[in-house]
Amino acid sequence: MARVELQGLVKDYGAVRVVHGIDLDIADGEFCVFVGPSGCGKSTLLRMIAGLEEISGGDLLIGGTRVNDQRASERGLAMVFQTYALYPHMSVRQNLAFGLENIRMPKDEIARRVGEAARMLQLEPYLERRPKALSGGQRQRVAIGRAVVREPRVFLFDEPLSNLDAELRVTMRGEIAALHRRIGNTMIYVTHDQVEAMTMADKIVVLRDGRIEQVGSPIDLYNRPANRFVAGFIGSPRMNFIPCTVVEADGAGAVVEDATGRAISVAVDGRGLNPGNKVDLGVRPEHLRPGTDPESGAENGIAVSVGNIEQLGGESYLYCSAADGREVTVHMPGQTGIRRGDTVMLAIRPEFCHLFRASDGVAQQRLHVGEAAGQAL
Amino acid sequence: MFSWLLGRRGRNGFDLTDWLAFGFLGLGVVLMLGPVLWLVLSSFKTEAALQEFPPRLMPLAPVMVEVSGHAEPLPLYAITDGPEAGRELAQIRRIGLNAQMVDPARPDEVLNIHINDREAIRSVAVATENYTTVFTRFNFLLYFWNSTFITVVATILTVLFNSMAAFALAKYRFTGRTAVFVLIIATLMIPPTITLVPLFLVVSQMGLVNSHWGVIWPAIATPTGVFLLRQYMLTIPDDLLDAARMDHASEWRVYWKIVLPLSAPALAVLVIFSVMWRWNEFLWPLIVLNRSEVFTLQLALNAFQGELQTSWSNLLAMTVLTLLPITVVFAFLQKYITQGIAQSGVK
Repeated sequence: MARVELQGLVKDYGAVRVVHGIDLDIADGEFCVFVGPSGCGKSTLLRMIAGLEEISGGDLLIGGTRVNDQRASERGLAMVFQTYALYPHMSVRQNLAFGLENIRMPKDEIARRVGEAARMLQLEPYLERRPKALSGGQRQRVAIGRAVVREPRVFLFDEPLSNLDAELRVTMRGEIAALHRRIGNTMIYVTHDQVEAMTMADKIVVLRDGRIEQVGSPIDLYNRPANRFVAGFIGSPRMNFIPCTVVEADGAGAVVEDATGRAISVAVDGRGLNPGNKVDLGVRPEHLRPGTDPESGAENGIAVSVGNIEQLGGESYLYCSAADGREVTVHMPGQTGIRRGDTVMLAIRPEFCHLFRASDGVAQQRLHVGEAAGQAL
Repeated sequence: MFSWLLGRRGRNGFDLTDWLAFGFLGLGVVLMLGPVLWLVLSSFKTEAALQEFPPRLMPLAPVMVEVSGHAEPLPLYAITDGPEAGRELAQIRRIGLNAQMVDPARPDEVLNIHINDREAIRSVAVATENYTTVFTRFNFLLYFWNSTFITVVATILTVLFNSMAAFALAKYRFTGRTAVFVLIIATLMIPPTITLVPLFLVVSQMGLVNSHWGVIWPAIATPTGVFLLRQYMLTIPDDLLDAARMDHASEWRVYWKIVLPLSAPALAVLVIFSVMWRWNEFLWPLIVLNRSEVFTLQLALNAFQGELQTSWSNLLAMTVLTLLPITVVFAFLQKYITQGIAQSGVK
């Protein structure tokens, strides 16, 4: 069993606190992704779990045992580094075997495990090569292989794909997910790329400034972001925020007014909001539908002028600016006849809207999440 | 090779920069290689040829002939002027400005020749006995062994201790790290002559006078070596060390299996430095080693210069032999020098 529990974990560098009391429970066999902008403390947190950074406060439990004072090698973890950290003076085989030799494992057992890992990761033809003679993807596989042969309780990944090109990143993403399905170990994965987080994770932990913003499944975070930060971080392109003022709000919904005075109704639990409160209306780019005539179409919407247009054939992106100059991004399937400079009306469906209090960014509860997700626009 | 050696900037003929480049490099060759060439050629000269004035570059010796009626072989001269011009005569003795000479074919007839009218006939004579006597008359192999022992042991220990210090200073964060490093570097500013006497007192108190260890121990901690290796080790990514630690490697194994192999270029530089320092060291061994059986080669060379007479031919031969090992070491490791120095930031 390799359940990982973080209880009030704190990290101080001198007088500076970079991790502020993290509480987290990662179940056995779970694929947990730490995601957040750079400098949010996610790598530090991972290194604390790994035993490469000292823990300043709180408890770390792996498999129910407190491991705060155990050294990195004693915790039974394996880590894949961003830079791969392959030993450049050793062949691939020696790289894979190094950790096993250090615990004086019998030679035939080492050979068996190295052979198995090499087969699984398709590294057999390269076993005698030095890392220098491998491509980026192969190096990454060796780094993963080095973790696999150890048969660790928990795998730690520190932004393992950030040095690869886009295409290879997608492939390796699939390989790591497949590896997790095959061996079923607990995995903790750090990335700043929310796409990686969304595609691989069982559980995503969004971090900011050394604090957890939200924990949940990828779809949960997408549908019910707890606050403005998470809403802006999860989803690509990022959610549009339109500053509004509350006109009326109750448990069955809310009506807000944008800078131009246009009323927009929103399907969120409006309790706690009072008329006149400042709020941010959040709408994802894929939930906006343009109509050409500002006066016709849905009455629920905003008028924007279209700036840049990216037509990818299968999908299109419109980069528009609202009346107050704020950027609004629209993501629509297929191709569009809208041209640069057009003024269009963007229809907003109330059930797709998010509402965040301007004061602290906290989200209002959405009312029809499940139904809205199943509906076509 | 030749096209590279003779590469020019000017497309046809020599450019000004070509003249300057070749001139400068030529001067360098003469300055650097000249003395060594002179030494090597001179080491093959006979004692007589060495004493000759003006000196000659090639190891030439006067041709000697046996003349009946004379016990010793006589030097042969070509007569260039005067009534006997064109003949080859052997000189019996010189009296003032005249020389008594004799034709080897007619030993009875003694001729008086003005010394300006004759010129010695020479041939190339390689005096290999200079080298053989170094091995037979003088105990060259003993001195060679002494020097080798000191150099090899001191170099191994230098590399070991300096790299450990450099590893700690480069890769561990501890209070006073900078202070320790600055202190080590600061010792570079103390001239060795200042520490000479205290060092000798310590060595003699430890009973290491006339022992090779008396030369080895004081030499192995070098600030230059620590600095060079530390700067190089700073370039080794910390991730590698962390990865090794995750791989159950002890700190010693991290150092031995990861850091040391990756520092090879810098280590090679330090090996070259250390070998040159220890092999050529003179003052300190002179003070510590007083008995001739523990002499290093440098001390033995010094001992060759007697108060009353110096056997120059043997001295030169031994000097050449002393230079050889260091040349070989340098030839094998020189490719690392640029690499190691460039990457460790030591200029």
